[in-house]
Amino acid sequence: MLLPAPIQDLINAFSQLPGIGPKSASRLTFYLLTAPDELSQDLAAALISLKTETTYCQTCFNITVTGQVQCEICSNSDRDQDVICVVEEPLDVLALERTDGFHGRYHVLQGALSPIEGIGPDDLKIRELLARVDSENIGEIILATNPSLEGDATAMYLRQQLTPSGVRITRLARGLPVGGDLEYADQHTLLRALAGRQEMGD
Amino acid sequence: MLWLYTRKIGKVQAIAKGIRKIKSRKAGHLEPFTRVNLLMARGRTFLIVTQAETIDAFLNLREDLLLIGYAAYITELLDRFTYDEDDNQQIFNLLNKTLGRINTESDPDLPVRYFEIKLLELLGYRPELTNCVNCGSEIQAEDQFFSISMGGALCPRCGPKIPDASQISLNTLKYLRHYQRSSYTEAAKAKLSPQLNRDLEQLMQRYFTYFLERNLNTPTFIRRVKNRPQQG
Repeated sequence: MLLPAPIQDLINAFSQLPGIGPKSASRLTFYLLTAPDELSQDLAAALISLKTETTYCQTCFNITVTGQVQCEICSNSDRDQDVICVVEEPLDVLALERTDGFHGRYHVLQGALSPIEGIGPDDLKIRELLARVDSENIGEIILATNPSLEGDATAMYLRQQLTPSGVRITRLARGLPVGGDLEYADQHTLLRALAGRQEMGD
Repeated sequence: MLWLYTRKIGKVQAIAKGIRKIKSRKAGHLEPFTRVNLLMARGRTFLIVTQAETIDAFLNLREDLLLIGYAAYITELLDRFTYDEDDNQQIFNLLNKTLGRINTESDPDLPVRYFEIKLLELLGYRPELTNCVNCGSEIQAEDQFFSISMGGALCPRCGPKIPDASQISLNTLKYLRHYQRSSYTEAAKAKLSPQLNRDLEQLMQRYFTYFLERNLNTPTFIRRVKNRPQQG
């Protein structure tokens, strides 16, 4: 072993993270070795509180601060109570919140159905969503899963499950991205964009 | 990171950079179960996708949860049974045609069963169905036994002596043989009853699990999706 164990341990730990290989891991480790002590201490404290001070909201399963049963969005009575937007991950909530275009509440599935990876309906927060629809007075469910095979599969499954409840089910539109290039668009996107074309004007 | 099955170099792993960006020119062409034309460069460890264009996206298949499950099932089988960069054009054609059939035909069972049997054959795991695998005598027109570890049918005399042998109806055996030697068009002429389909499915599942020495992910998914009315 060329390196002292504490250094090697940290390198190994960093390499476990997504997008970080052995080279980046060594660089980060040696940077921390020479950087001011506060940096390492802040980082260590942040890492510990990341796990100890967060929990899932018991209503929407988004991430929230430990000790709270509901997240800020669910406990905010100013938001539309009868619309639920279903997303895959907490980061999707963040993206939608940044648009400032949605004022209802969310439901985070914590993943998407994937037959290839063996992720089935029971591995997601689907039962919880169905229970919410049954117990609360919900007017509309917006399915905002990713426009990918897995996201679409999830949306299809949810539609099947939700249809009996009679709730209005909508799916985010799909089409061409801003600054996109028609020439490079795939068939699926183009077909959907054509099908969902809109009258110009206001 | 993608898994591809290519005509020229078999199964390969490739990296497509920037694919999660919403403006990616490749993302839409690199969805699962899509036949694509790719331009790739060899990186140090992996191939890197530089351009992608869809040949066939099998769009119908994407609209049905169960069909997605079946498509995932055949790709999972292919993935588990093949090695990197081991090219096999016949397997490539079989995969492509099967995806096409699942995409267009009303009943996905037949193409999937046909795929299972043909895949075993192309991989060299073809079960022996005409002679008893124990005594070698010709299999007669009566109900038989089948042993997975011995890879084939057993006559009624040898069957009870083999520990893992189980009974197999003459009809199931006939269908297996028929699929083994026929083209798809001919195989499609014989009507597949639901009961027979279940028998074949179970037999094949046991066969695959035996060779892979572990369970497959997708059959559980397919069962869950199929059973949805009871779930509520």
